[in-house]
Parts: sequence; structure tokens; C-alpha cells
Amino acid sequence: MRLEYFQLIDRIVDINLADRTISTEATVPTTSTIFEGHFPGFPLMPGVLLIESMAQTSGWLVVAVNRFERMPFLAAVKDAKFRTFVTPGQKVSVNATLVHEGSGYAITKSSIALDGKPICDVELTFRIMDFPNSEMRDKMREMAALVGFPAEVPANG
Amino acid sequence: MSSTFDTIANIIAETCDIPRDSIKPESHAINDLGIDSLDFLDIAFAIDKAFGIKLPLEQWTQEVNDGKATTDQYFVLKNLSARIDELVAAKGA
Repeated sequence: MRLEYFQLIDRIVDINLADRTISTEATVPTTSTIFEGHFPGFPLMPGVLLIESMAQTSGWLVVAVNRFERMPFLAAVKDAKFRTFVTPGQKVSVNATLVHEGSGYAITKSSIALDGKPICDVELTFRIMDFPNSEMRDKMREMAALVGFPAEVPANG
Repeated sequence: MSSTFDTIANIIAETCDIPRDSIKPESHAINDLGIDSLDFLDIAFAIDKAFGIKLPLEQWTQEVNDGKATTDQYFVLKNLSARIDELVAAKGA
């Protein structure tokens, strides 16, 4: 994770367009100014940032399904649950499944596992829109390359 | 078997916490029931699942924005019911 750049995942491990699933992984940094406030003397990864890591994971899946032609924007967060603390230095696995592709929107279910044990889950709604401008699309492609987004999205979707 | 209108009225009542008896076939989802676009995504999701269709929300929005259709055609519930029946029939054709 690069919290200062709001990059909440490190690497895409797998995208399966046939199953509409994605797996990513991320390691919580050992130091961050965020931990100075959350919490002093007891650093914890904020739950809202864990939601963001599930949103980013889901987002890359939606981008892949839309073949980088449209952009998902987070619209709703439902039934978020956090079952245990996530602390600096821990490595988490994030999974997401696209449960519905609507017209102009998508619904995903996402979860986070720590040492193979599920610790967070959520249902997310995204609005799917055209990229607002070419600069954003280009920057998203650069970010995609950083996290290992497949250069050629598998055509098995 | 409940009608298309009854199904969507029940969905709206449950999704938006609107009293079921205040939802009429003549109700306009936006103007009368006050459903906003985000809540309508929840309704669309539930309708898509219930009927096994994909409401063409983007196409409808474009038609309204282009002046080719009015919101009444898609968001007055009896009209929405008719559009859903058409989509279900087209799926089975």
C-alpha cells in the first residue's frame, strides 16, 4: 500500500473474467502519519481504508470487465463488517466478485482475508461512466501497470 | 402470481422505506415518491434480479436528455411495469 497516494492494493494476483472474480494483495505499511492519529500508541489500519482496498480491488475488476473503456465510481457501501484489527506490517488478501452488471452500474461483493481467515466483507455499488477525460484514463493505465493489471485482458469473459 | 406492478411496488416499499399503500400505478418514482438516482440503482438491481432482465437505464436517461422521451414514460410505475413486461417478453422471444 502507498497510503500517501491512496493506493490501497499492491498487486493484482488474478483476474478471472469468466467467473467475474479478482484477487489482490496488499501489505499495510509499517509507518504512516495515519497511525499517529489512528490511534496514538495503538496503530490500526482504519476500517474506511480497508473498505477502500475492497473498492479498489472491485474497481479493477469492473475496469477489466469493461475493457478499460469505462470507469467505476464508488456509489454505495453496504453491510461492511470488520472482524479483527489490521495492524502495520500485516499482509492481507483482497477478493471481489462482480455479482451484477446493470446498465450504468455494477454491484460487487468483496472480502479481506488475513492469514487465510476472512476478516472483512462488504457489498459495493459503483456507477459506471465514461472516463471524464483522456488524462484520467492515461493515469489509470499507468496505475494499472503498477499493480500488475494484465496488459491484455483475457478474452474469456 | 403477483403482477409486475405489485412486484416493483413491493421492491420500492422495501428498498426506500415508503409505505406500500402510498405507491400507486400512477405514481412517478422521482416526482411523487421522491426516489433519488442512487436509491433507484438499488431498485434497478432488485428489479433486474426479480425479472431476470437488465433495465436499460443508460438508454432511457439518454433519451430523456435528448428530448426523445419524457421521464413519465419510464418512471410512472404503470409505464415502468409495461417496459419491464416488454423486456421480459423480449428475453423469452
